[in-house]
Amino acid sequence: MAKDNNNIATMIRSKQENKETDKTNKVVLETDKLTKKFGGLIAVNNFDLKVSQGQISSLIGPNGAGKTTVFNVVTGIYKADSGKVLFQGEDLAGKKPHQIIKKGIARTFQNIRLFSNMTCLENVMAGQHCRSREGTWSSILQTPGQRKEELEIKKNAEDRLKQVGLWRWRDELAKNIAYGNQRMLEIGRALASNPDLLILDEPSSGLNDKESEDLIVFLKSLVKENLTILLIEHDMNVVMGISHWVTVMDEGKKIAEGLPEDIYTNPQVIEAYLGKDEEEEE
Amino acid sequence: MKSNKNINQKNSIFKNWLVILVAILFIALPFIINAYWIDVLFFFGIYALLGLSLNIVLGEVGLFDLGHMGFMAIGAYTTAILNTSFGIPIIILLPISAIAAGAFAWLVCSPIIHLKGDYLCIVTIGMGEIVRLTLNNNPFGITGGSNGVFGIDFPSLGSIFVVDNSTKFYYYIWLIVGLTIVGLVNLQRSRIGRAWNCIREDEVAAESTGIDVRSYKLLAFLLGAGLAGVAGNIYATKLMIVSPESFSFMESCMLFCIVLIGGMGSIPGVLIGAAAISLFPEVFRTFAQYRMLIFGVAMVIMMIFRPGGIWPRKRGALKFESLLIKAGEENG
Amino acid sequence: MKIVLEQLLNGLTIGSFYALIALGYSMVYGVMKLINFAHGDLFALGSYLGYTLLVFGSSYATVTFGIWGGMIAAMLIAAIGIGIAGTLIERIAYRPIYSVGRLPAVVSALGASIVIQNGIMVIWGPRPQAYSSQVVPSVMLNIGGIKITLMQIVVLIISFILMGLLFYIVQKTTFGAAIRACALDRSTAALMGINIETIIFFIFALGPALGGMAGVMVGMYYRKISFVMGWNYGLKAFTATILGGIGNIPGAMIGGLLLGVLEMLGSVYISTAYKDVFVFLVLILVLIFRPTGLLGEKIAEKV
Repeated sequence: MAKDNNNIATMIRSKQENKETDKTNKVVLETDKLTKKFGGLIAVNNFDLKVSQGQISSLIGPNGAGKTTVFNVVTGIYKADSGKVLFQGEDLAGKKPHQIIKKGIARTFQNIRLFSNMTCLENVMAGQHCRSREGTWSSILQTPGQRKEELEIKKNAEDRLKQVGLWRWRDELAKNIAYGNQRMLEIGRALASNPDLLILDEPSSGLNDKESEDLIVFLKSLVKENLTILLIEHDMNVVMGISHWVTVMDEGKKIAEGLPEDIYTNPQVIEAYLGKDEEEEE
Repeated sequence: MKSNKNINQKNSIFKNWLVILVAILFIALPFIINAYWIDVLFFFGIYALLGLSLNIVLGEVGLFDLGHMGFMAIGAYTTAILNTSFGIPIIILLPISAIAAGAFAWLVCSPIIHLKGDYLCIVTIGMGEIVRLTLNNNPFGITGGSNGVFGIDFPSLGSIFVVDNSTKFYYYIWLIVGLTIVGLVNLQRSRIGRAWNCIREDEVAAESTGIDVRSYKLLAFLLGAGLAGVAGNIYATKLMIVSPESFSFMESCMLFCIVLIGGMGSIPGVLIGAAAISLFPEVFRTFAQYRMLIFGVAMVIMMIFRPGGIWPRKRGALKFESLLIKAGEENG
Repeated sequence: MKIVLEQLLNGLTIGSFYALIALGYSMVYGVMKLINFAHGDLFALGSYLGYTLLVFGSSYATVTFGIWGGMIAAMLIAAIGIGIAGTLIERIAYRPIYSVGRLPAVVSALGASIVIQNGIMVIWGPRPQAYSSQVVPSVMLNIGGIKITLMQIVVLIISFILMGLLFYIVQKTTFGAAIRACALDRSTAALMGINIETIIFFIFALGPALGGMAGVMVGMYYRKISFVMGWNYGLKAFTATILGGIGNIPGAMIGGLLLGVLEMLGSVYISTAYKDVFVFLVLILVLIFRPTGLLGEKIAEKV
C-alpha cells in the first residue's frame, strides 16, 4: 500500500511537470505503421509511436510485446518490413546504426553491452567517435590537429564520467565495476555522442531502490538540458515517476497511450500488462 | 592514490630506460655476434613485422585471419616480378608492394567482411591457399611456378646507400620495424585504435556507438595487408628469390601463434612472440628432428600457463600531457 | 557420360574421406566451439597406425581373419587407438584452457597438431610410406563399362555405413539428443541433467575414431601416405565442415561429399592444377551468399 501512495505522489509531480513542458510539443521521433516480422512471428505490428521534444516518453508492455524490437528498428539494427521511422522529419529507412547515432539518436541496451576490456574512460571516449573525424594518416603521424582533437575527446569524456558519477572508476576496466555503475557508464557512453534523443532499454533493471531513485533524478536533470528521452521500463515506480507520456504495447500492437495517470487506471492496460506483470514477479 | 602514482611514474621511467637499453643492444649486436646469428635476427625482424601486421587484424580488431601469408606473397611477388622483368628499383617497389597487397586485401575482403568468426577464418585460409596455388601454377608464365622468381636486386638509393650484406639488412629491417612500431603505437592511442578495440569487444555495441564496423574492419585488413606487403618486399630482396612454398598455410598459422603467444593487441607481446617463433627452432637446433616436437609441446604448455600471452596489453590511465591529467585530478 | 560417372564415383570416394574427417571437426565444434586443428593429424596418425598393423600384423591377421578380415581388424584397432589419442589430447591440451576463451585453444590445438605431425615423423621417418599390395588387393572391376576398383566400392560402403551409423546415433538416440542439446546450449543442457563430461569424452573419442578409420581407408585407397598429409586432408575436411555449416552433422557429411565431387569436376573440366583454387572459390562464393554454410542455421543475433 505504501508503494501505491508513493506512486500517486510521483504521479502528481509528473502531472505538474507535464503542464510546464506542454508548450514544447514538437515531435522528435515518430514511427508510422511500423511492422517487423521474424519468420512467421509479427514482433511489431503497424506500430505508431510519437516522442515529443524535451519530454520523457515511456514504452511499456509485457515481456515479448516487441518493445526492444521497436528500439532495434529505430536505431537501425533491424530493418523494418514496412512502415517508416521519422526522426526530426527525416526518414531513417536504410540507415545503419552508426549513421543513426550521428543523426542524434543514442541508445543503451537491455543486457548492458559495454566494451568490457576497455577502461571506463575509453568507453566514454568511444562514444564520441561519430563526433570526431581525424583519419588514419593523421593518427599514425600524430599530427597537431589529431592531438588536439584527442585531448578534446578526453576532456569531454572526463566531463561525462563526472556527470554520471563514475569519475573515480575512470581507469578501471568496464567489466570490473559494479552492475549499477555499468548501467550508468552505458548511459554516459550514449550521452558522449551529444544526442538529441536518448533511448534507454530498461535502464533501471537490476538496480536497487536507491540506484533507481538516483537514476530518476539523473534522467530528470537531463531533460532539463533539453534532451529527449524514450525508455522501455518495467519498474512502474520509475515509469510513473518520470514519464510525461506513456505508450503501452502488447503483442506488437499499441493498445493505449496517454498521460501516466490515465494509463495507470486504464482497464485494458491493467489487464494486458500490470496484472500479468505482478503474477510474474510474485 | 599518491603512492600508486609514484609507482606508476617509476614504472614508466623504468620502461623508458628499458626501451633505450634494448635499442642500444640492437644497434650494437651486429658487432658482437657472427653472420649466422645476424641472419637469424633479420628473420626475427621479418616475423616481427608480419606479427605486427597480423596484430592489427587479429589483435586489435579480433578478426581471425589464417591466410595472412597470402598478403605477404602478393607483396613479395609484386616486387620480384616488377624488379626482374622491368628493372624497377626495389626502394620504389617498397610502397608499391604495400599498395598492391593492400588493394588485394581490400578487393578480396570487401565481399566477405560481414562473415563471423570461424567463417571468416576459413575464407581467409581459402584466400591464402588460392594465392599460393595460383602462384604455384605459373599463370601467364610470370610467377615461375614452383621454382619461383629469382635474381631480385638489393635495395639501393643511388650508389652510396646499398643494402647488400647481412648487417645492412639487419639494420634495414629493424629500422622499418621501429618505424612501424611508432606508427602503430600512435594508432593504438587514437580514435582509430579505439574503434578497432570496440569492434573486438562488441560489434553491435560498436556499431550503435557510431563506429562504421564494416569500414574499420576493411581498414584493418588494408593496413595489415599493406605491412605484410612491405615484409614481402624486404623478404624477396634478402633472399633474392621468392617461391610459393614460403607462403604456406603453416606459416600463416605460425603468425597467428606469434600474436597469441605474445598477447592479443600488445606490441611488445608481438615482438616476444616473433622472437619465440623465430629463435626457438634455432636455439633447439641441436635436437635436430625433435625440435619441432619440443616446439609443439612448448606451445601447448605456454597456453596452459599463460593463456593471455606472455605480455598482454595492460589498459590503465591514458598518458597524455601531464598538465591535463593534473587538471583532471583537481576537478575530480 | 561414362567418364563423368567415373569421375563422380572418384569424387564421392574422396568426398567420403572428407566427410568422415569433417564429422570429427563438426562434432567437436558443435559442442565445444573449438576448431580441433589436431584432428587432421590424428587422421594421419590413424593412417600410419593402420599401416603398421597391416604390414607387421598382416601375417597374423590375414591368417586368422583372411585378407578382408585383417583390414577390418586394422581399421577397428586404429579407430580405438585414435579415439584414445583424441581423448588424451582433449585432456592434456584443451581441458585446462576451456575457461579462458577460444583463442588460446587455437594455439594449443596448433601445438598439438605440430606434436602429432612431428611425432609421426620421428617414429615412422620423414619419407612417405606405402601400404603394400600384398595386404591391400588391387582389383579393377568393370560394371557396365564403368571402371571402378574393388577398393573404391569397399571404401564407399564402409564410409556410408559409418556415416549412417553416426547419423542414427546423433539424430535418433537419446544420447544423440544429448549431444545436440549440448551443441545448442551447454549450460542449459547441464542443468537438464546431461553429463557434459561424458559428452565431451565421446565426441573427442568418436570424431577422431572416424578420422582414424578414414586414415586407414585413405592408405588402402591411395597406398602412399606421408606425415604431412594430415594438414592437407584436415584443411579440406575443415573446408567441407564450413561448407555444410559448422556444428551441423548432416551438413558435414553433405559438405564432404560435395567437396570431393567439386574437386573431381574441377580437375576434369578446369585443370588438375587449379582444382583446389576452384574448390576454395566455390566455398567463398557459398559463404558470401549463405554466411553460415549450406545447412547452417541462420544466427539471429539477440540484441
